[in-house]
Amino acid sequence: MSTLSLAVTDSATMLRRSLRHMQRYPSMTLLILGMPVVFLLLFVYVFGGTLGAGLGGVTHSRAVYINYVTPGIILLTVAAAAQATAISVAMDMTEGIIARFRTMAIARSSVLTGHVLGSMIQSMLGVAVVIGIAVAIGFRPTASLAEWIAAAGVLAMISFALIWLSVALGLVSKSVETASNLPMFLLLLPFLGSGFVPTDSMPAGVRWFAEYQPFTPATETVRGLLLGTPIGHNAIIAVAWCAGIALLGYLWARRLYIRHPVR
Amino acid sequence: MTTMTATRTAVSVTGLRKSYGDKVVLDDIDLTVAEGTIFALLGPNGAGKTTMVHILSTLIGADGGEMSVAGHDLAAEPDAVRAAIGLTGQFSAVDNLLTGQENLILMADLHHLGRAEGRRRAAGLLGRFGLADVAKKPAATYSGGMRRRLDLAMTLIGDPRLIFLDEPTTGLDPRARRDVWQIIRGLAADGVTIFLTTQYLDEADHLADRIAVLDHGRIVAEGTSGQLKSRIPGGHIQLQFAGPHDLEAAAEALGAASRDDEALTLQVPSDGSLKSLRALLDRLDYAAIEVGSLSIHTPDLDDVFFALTGHPSTEKEAQP
Repeated sequence: MSTLSLAVTDSATMLRRSLRHMQRYPSMTLLILGMPVVFLLLFVYVFGGTLGAGLGGVTHSRAVYINYVTPGIILLTVAAAAQATAISVAMDMTEGIIARFRTMAIARSSVLTGHVLGSMIQSMLGVAVVIGIAVAIGFRPTASLAEWIAAAGVLAMISFALIWLSVALGLVSKSVETASNLPMFLLLLPFLGSGFVPTDSMPAGVRWFAEYQPFTPATETVRGLLLGTPIGHNAIIAVAWCAGIALLGYLWARRLYIRHPVR
Repeated sequence: MTTMTATRTAVSVTGLRKSYGDKVVLDDIDLTVAEGTIFALLGPNGAGKTTMVHILSTLIGADGGEMSVAGHDLAAEPDAVRAAIGLTGQFSAVDNLLTGQENLILMADLHHLGRAEGRRRAAGLLGRFGLADVAKKPAATYSGGMRRRLDLAMTLIGDPRLIFLDEPTTGLDPRARRDVWQIIRGLAADGVTIFLTTQYLDEADHLADRIAVLDHGRIVAEGTSGQLKSRIPGGHIQLQFAGPHDLEAAAEALGAASRDDEALTLQVPSDGSLKSLRALLDRLDYAAIEVGSLSIHTPDLDDVFFALTGHPSTEKEAQP
């Protein structure tokens, strides 16, 4: 079997394993969904009236705000899925079966690819559920079919990048607890960007950070595709960030996996 | 799958060295395991047994030495080695969230056996190792013995010609231990080479064709169980008496013997031969001494271990 077809076959086997794990251990999926859904409800029904008024929605401020915040919540979902990946990888590394995989003549990286592909599926399903709930409480996207497909592609790209980074964070963690804490900054970044309020309402220092961190162009791209707001250079900046983060995450994760000490 | 080369040596190690920082774990190890035999690496915790298995099964690198496993150079062709070996480690290497059957099919898929063949082998192994009833239950619910049998079955699904078993019976109850021993003997009968580590002397004694004693990273003795035992004295005949009077009289009649006044026993050095036994009985008869019971002790591996390492085999070092 050629190296490539071996890698594809073994990664598919490892993906089936990851999907079974998700099925048997559903609390991880609930964890991914729980936080963004709570924040969605909190920001729409508690803060939404006031925040929407700040956006210029005088009469229907809550309805204006739900449209503004949903792209931020979607990015938060992707970040939560990445955190779950770090936890699953760290949990897996404590299992003796990883040592067994290493003594078998299989594609080395297939263990990690299985995790990445499984988490991608988990992440995209989470995004779909969150969008469904948002629509049910008043989110009104204006996207055409092509824009929906483009938005799905952009979200898959962001997931891919954050998940590879999280695989590395999961591998570098000595314990499952650390693996759960390390990716926490990913959950904070949508707040320190244009996810919940426009960046021009922030004080200078925070605003500077918000405008140059990767979540802002990603949020603006998703927002533009779903709601028709201007995208400008944000799409190309988001693609560049994702490519950089994915490459860094992949190389770091691979290196960590090969050097990971055996029990 | 690689085909087996026609070598007669399954494992060959020359000058293997490994240290972690200043701590030397394996110090200039030489050993050879012939194809189709059971080889036991015997030693207390912390002797370096697991490190050796990890190196030979490609999990970690060595600092120096020439090693060939299943006919392939370990450093140059690790993938060829991996294709020929199986490992059952000290910690169970099963996927707890998957069922027994799913674990085996996962292994079959990773060996690229194909769907039908994989299922056939999985079903065969589940039956052979008494796991058919629990095949559809998650491995997390298995007992220690069941888990170890599943672990072995997962190692065997790729039909390896050389198997590393790192302390295969540690933590098992006596019955589960017997089951594992039986499986190991069955594999050896099929011509599979087995490299096992153990801290139990009786395990090495029962199973192994050859035994190497590892202590503080060095091989202190190697040979068959019989050869190791013959290297040290320690054989004796133990006599048990009904009362102190008989014990006193026997001690006088027999001379060189160690007596235990509380247990009312006398230990007479002996090579265990019939001739020396007859001479002893003749002397007791002549002195008209009543003996309660008599037992012959040949040296066991415990005596060997003590003689070779200067400390008993039960000495435990803290395991990290």
